[in-house]
Amino acid sequence: MIPFGLITGVTAANSEIGTFLAWATSWIIFAGAAQLATLDLFNAGAASVVIIATALTINARHFMYSAALAPAFQEYPSRWRLALPYLLTDQAYAITIGPYEEHIDPVYRRYFFFGGAASFWVMWQITTALGVMFGAIIPPEWGLTFAVPLVFIALLIPTLKDRPAVLAAVVGGSVAVMAASAPYQSGLIIGAVAGVVAGTAAARWWK
Amino acid sequence: MNAFIVVLIIGIGTYLIRLSFIGILGNRPVPSWAEAPLQHVAPAVLAAIAAPAVLLTDGSVDLSPVTNPQFFAAVLAGLVTWRLKNVVWAIVTGMVALWVLQWLF
Repeated sequence: MIPFGLITGVTAANSEIGTFLAWATSWIIFAGAAQLATLDLFNAGAASVVIIATALTINARHFMYSAALAPAFQEYPSRWRLALPYLLTDQAYAITIGPYEEHIDPVYRRYFFFGGAASFWVMWQITTALGVMFGAIIPPEWGLTFAVPLVFIALLIPTLKDRPAVLAAVVGGSVAVMAASAPYQSGLIIGAVAGVVAGTAAARWWK
Repeated sequence: MNAFIVVLIIGIGTYLIRLSFIGILGNRPVPSWAEAPLQHVAPAVLAAIAAPAVLLTDGSVDLSPVTNPQFFAAVLAGLVTWRLKNVVWAIVTGMVALWVLQWLF
């Protein structure tokens, strides 16, 4: 998570939408992959609707996390149920879903999630801010912008768990390459939708 | 549309997705028709972001290590992620490979 935050910060430092707003995505959106894609699309001059659709597609996986944690959250007071989801990230989900099955005390669970998720939030704000500072001094000749696709590759590899997932990635990547010159920078979202359709169809077929 | 408004809409939308089952839809499973699509969002989206960035030079597919060192560096970084399961090493490997190739050619 630390390198990911640093790279997001470096990207924000060189953003077309201004460093402050680019960094502020860390607490307005608080989801690294979506932040990087958003900044990238702004730089490429994408249409607003395309940027919003792409970022929310990337974050659609949080529906699964929300559903998985909902049973444990049901007994919480509503202010907790409104506040805690803001902190729900891949990492927060990963650390809580295991312990939630072992500990049934709701108060313990609530503070366990809050403690872990809030630490990630603080870490994310600090590492992205540090990245902004580095980004301002690192010369562009170092080609650090290439770290962004490297991060996405590092995130992609662990998701290739089975054949439908591999197919989703192959189709998503290929279609995005073919649609690279599609209007309003919509190639990414076109590729993503094609990949999801292919992966879903394959999962039904191979089941 | 103002960039701030776009970021704000994404932020609110992301929060509502996170809130969905916990705060709005309640204690029920993801509908079965939505399960498979949601499981494939991550690989599809991540590949759709990464592939054009590493495969294309000026809009066309380019696999030459001379004119597109990013492709070779990305393959190496992917292999490192797969074998070592370590993001830091993957990024370091990819960046060093890029610098070496750029220095060579």
